[in-house]
Amino acid sequence: MSKELNSGIPTDSEVILGILNNSESVLKRLYIAYFPMILQLVINNNGNADDAKDIYQEAIIVLYNKVKTGDFELSSKLKTYIYSICRRLWLKRLTHMNRYGGDIKDFQEYLSVDDETEKNNERDIQFNKMGNALQLLGEPCKTIIEDFYINNRSMQEICENFGYTNADNAKTQKYKCLQRLKKLFFQQK
Amino acid sequence: MSENNQLTETIERYLNGEMTKAERAQFEELRAKDADVNTKVAEHKHFTNLIKQYGERLELEQRLDAIHDEIDVHALEDELMIHPSWVVRMWRNHHSKISVAASIAIFAALCTLFFTGYLSNKQANYGQLVGEIDKLKNSQKSLQTAVKNLPLRTAMNNPGNFRGTGFAISANGYIVTDNHVIQHADSVYVQAADGKSYRTKVIYTEPQNDIAILEITDPSFKPLAALPYTFKKAETDLGEGVFTIGYPKDNIVLGSGFLTSSTGYKGDTTQYQISALLDYGHSGGPLLDSKGNIIGIVNGKQTRVEGAAFAVKTSYLLKAIKDIPTDSLNKPININGKNILAGLGRPQQIKKIENYVFMVRVYNQ
Repeated sequence: MSKELNSGIPTDSEVILGILNNSESVLKRLYIAYFPMILQLVINNNGNADDAKDIYQEAIIVLYNKVKTGDFELSSKLKTYIYSICRRLWLKRLTHMNRYGGDIKDFQEYLSVDDETEKNNERDIQFNKMGNALQLLGEPCKTIIEDFYINNRSMQEICENFGYTNADNAKTQKYKCLQRLKKLFFQQK
Repeated sequence: MSENNQLTETIERYLNGEMTKAERAQFEELRAKDADVNTKVAEHKHFTNLIKQYGERLELEQRLDAIHDEIDVHALEDELMIHPSWVVRMWRNHHSKISVAASIAIFAALCTLFFTGYLSNKQANYGQLVGEIDKLKNSQKSLQTAVKNLPLRTAMNNPGNFRGTGFAISANGYIVTDNHVIQHADSVYVQAADGKSYRTKVIYTEPQNDIAILEITDPSFKPLAALPYTFKKAETDLGEGVFTIGYPKDNIVLGSGFLTSSTGYKGDTTQYQISALLDYGHSGGPLLDSKGNIIGIVNGKQTRVEGAAFAVKTSYLLKAIKDIPTDSLNKPININGKNILAGLGRPQQIKKIENYVFMVRVYNQ
């Protein structure tokens, strides 16, 4: 691939294929291509650059997950879609912070995208719970769980990392940890 | 507990596809039979998926953060910010300071208004305005009355056309003043320091030396005590501290200075020149030296030079007294007083002589 192609704004289908193929460069080009648009939206509507970053990454994750799960249908330009999601998210946050003056300065055309952000919101809550539960779990459980379930390490590797004498001990430890994690996870409201 | 772990392990092996065909068939049979096991499988699957997705999300976020770090957000921000006009920017950056300043200004204005009575005295101002109109009406009325009554006005109401000063040369009512004060006079009154007014008659004038002698003819006049001062015949030396008192206004006024020349205006040898700030009403007043001797009669000043005044020398006064025709004298003039001022301070001297100094009022048509 030439450098030229690598750095420009990716076409919409390029983005979808890139996400499906876990292409790092497409994700990067996508991110860089539309961030200024969202930055403009946020900083001119009572926000700062950090707000813009949060909002934009949330939108990218929504898009990413939709593409990954396969239920993404491109009914408009990708640009409009991202802008609409960010606009929706930012309005929500402004209202939440009581900073929404009832009128927002727009820079692009947009669609209404209520349900999609709602779905994502629920997922975020689950992930937050999981993050909190893992924090509460403490070491070495946290690392064991992460290594086994997230990083797909074998019990043998984990065993060596933690200096367990045999894999059975490690397994018992792992199940105890999982048990506690479940408890911590479901205890949260 | 261990049973539980065993089940979980079995479920995991089942889900990960690590079972042999026989095991798998057996487990699926168990699942179908035992609903409890079945739920556990579903739960475990869901939960481990959640952990996995959570991990993926974390990883994605890290990737996005890494990309984000490559963007120069500050430059973009500056570029994309809609810059409002400088007034709005100033307000945004300094609105707290501006608000404080404005409230102080308003407070100060209110305080000023309050303390100057603007806020509380609206009614009074209104009243004053009415009073002003009433005053205007009244003054117009009094003007009309004055115009009607004008021919009826008596000369006595007139404070005098000219005013000067005079002083006693004898205890029995002879007074000397300047000729220019009383010339063209119809009537001449003198007013003592206690405010009493007496009618006088001009019995002798010497225009060349600017001297006039008056006699108090008023029956209410009681002779004065002996004169506290004497008249110095000899010429006084330059540099002598001198003073005079007179009536340039309704109260007695002191003028003092030094004898600065033995001749007067344009070398007039009949006069002294003195450095004293004198006013026109001082004319005819006595000029005394520091010991309380009368050395002259104040008679003029140089208009273009500050503090240059003139006084007629005493020798000419004495000569004039001698020259008065005897038939115009009703009483003898005894000028030989006794000087009791010599050792006194200036305030005491003035107190002693102020009863012998008169305001001369001159009336003419």
